[in-house]
Amino acid sequence: MGSPADRYKSGVMPYAKMGYWDADYEPKDTDVIAVFRITPQDGVDEIEAAAAVAGESSTATWTVVWTDRLTACDLYRAKAYRVDPVPGNPGQFFSYIAYDLALFEEGSIANLTASIIGNVFGFKPLKALRLEDMRIPVAYLKTFQGPPTGIVVERERLDKFGRPLLGATTKPKLGLSGKNYGRVVYEALKGGLDFVKDDENINSQPFMHWRDRYLFCMEAVAKASAATGEVKGHYLNVTAGTMEDMYERADFAKQLGSAIIMIDLVIGYTAIQSMSKWARRNDMVLHLHRAGHGTYTRQKSHGVSFRVIAKWMRMAGVDHIHAGTIVGKLEGDPNVIKGIYSICRDSFTKKNLEQGVFFDQDWAGLRKVMPVASGGIHAGQMHQLITYLGEDVVLQFGGGTIGHPQGIQAGATANRVALEVMIKARNEGRDIWNEGPQILAEAAKWCSPLNAALQTWKDVTFDYTSTDTADFVPTATAS
Amino acid sequence: MKITQGTFSFLPDLTDKEITAQIQYALDQGWAVSVEYTDDPHPRNYFWEMWGNPMFDLKDAAGALTEVLAARKAHPSNYIRVMAFDATLGFETTRLSFIVNRPKDEPGYGLVRQEVDGRNIRYTIESYAAKAPEGRRYT
Repeated sequence: MGSPADRYKSGVMPYAKMGYWDADYEPKDTDVIAVFRITPQDGVDEIEAAAAVAGESSTATWTVVWTDRLTACDLYRAKAYRVDPVPGNPGQFFSYIAYDLALFEEGSIANLTASIIGNVFGFKPLKALRLEDMRIPVAYLKTFQGPPTGIVVERERLDKFGRPLLGATTKPKLGLSGKNYGRVVYEALKGGLDFVKDDENINSQPFMHWRDRYLFCMEAVAKASAATGEVKGHYLNVTAGTMEDMYERADFAKQLGSAIIMIDLVIGYTAIQSMSKWARRNDMVLHLHRAGHGTYTRQKSHGVSFRVIAKWMRMAGVDHIHAGTIVGKLEGDPNVIKGIYSICRDSFTKKNLEQGVFFDQDWAGLRKVMPVASGGIHAGQMHQLITYLGEDVVLQFGGGTIGHPQGIQAGATANRVALEVMIKARNEGRDIWNEGPQILAEAAKWCSPLNAALQTWKDVTFDYTSTDTADFVPTATAS
Repeated sequence: MKITQGTFSFLPDLTDKEITAQIQYALDQGWAVSVEYTDDPHPRNYFWEMWGNPMFDLKDAAGALTEVLAARKAHPSNYIRVMAFDATLGFETTRLSFIVNRPKDEPGYGLVRQEVDGRNIRYTIESYAAKAPEGRRYT
């Protein structure tokens, strides 16, 4: 490097030479670590590209500035310390970058992301850039509140154990009056669902203002609870144009006795953290719909992987997050989805490259987020859903409830019976993956709604190739 | 009506053999099984009466079934449930809870609507049976 005078001479210098590349760097337990998929422009060396990402996501600018010498600048320089070729993708590299804890404000996803995914994604020397995963140090995690309720407490409040929860999104998305909308909610809850949900774009449009929806939905929830003896809920979407409007809506939901409210990812990280604090103060379960994420999570070359969004949302503090179905209509490679579910539900997530998880992550006691599987699933897939997704999940059958030929209550009953019979069989030691269809057929003999559901949707699958897949495949190792 | 609290309330009532199989599953997970009963089926009545402590050191499901049968004999017209507790870090909570006995006649719940300001309504759920004093319900 030479003398400080050489290092800080005015002009342009490669990022790798400015201190943003250090192959010998050993990350500290307190460092934030990010792994990016970088695709350098032709002719740009991958190490220089990785150093540039480290620089542009921390303290560097394009030219040398003497004012660095007023700071403990080495501390603030993120360090790229490892670059690996992406298996099977020439021209792409996984670049590991470590950031000192001093770079970040406590308890602020906005501040964390302003660095990590700030300017750097538009940086010209790169063709494309994707944030694949992050390791958040325990020291930083402890500055976040995390989920206001979490899986354990949500189940205790609902008094529902031992099986996935069941939900549905009210359909059609648009045009129902408050009264008609509440009818759908009542029928689905009485028939056997635990939750019904507003869709992400149900806010306060001309066909149904929010207060009207809340009043009729809570009538439906209370009536269904009395009809069944169970705690029931409807995710009232409080998403609005301003924080003041969202607080007003959330307060009204609380006043009416709702157990749960809902927000959309598009409201932004800071708004999500604000609503999380509100939910903790008001004993409310907070459901997050990931509206908008597909714009930046789906393509593997550029953007932010959903496993990172899931980590940020566990830190920001939501209780439910839509995290994929594997078998339904929306994007979802089985391995990638399992990795995301681990991030939501583990106390300690282990590194698992086949599932796209690059780091061990100690969650430091942060509560667990209930993943939500929603979109194009039906009762006939129950054995697959339970096998893939496990027990701590909300299975949402929207069309698969409301589209039932015998009506909404029958649709809900079909889903609940299919669920309970499959959990019972699993617990009895039966091989539900292989015997699932037979277990459902046996139950359909005494449950005509289930029989009708199986007949209606028997051949429906969404068998398309996934876009967002893991890059590592298992290889046989000598034992 | 039939109240549908618990993991298996949408299925036909479990036989003693089926109850034993579920208890065995819970024991195999390392969970402690307990029996609880009540004559107040309000959805937010979280604390049913304990039929003894959780059976922490029990390994054999048949032993737990004996307690279910004894609770049934003592409280034949009450709701009785089997619960399984998991002491693992990250859970430390109930993992399974299912009804194994219920009254022959379940009158259900009334929904009381208190009409307050504007269009607001305050809802209260009342079990018809629980209007009688404890111990004199479901007779």
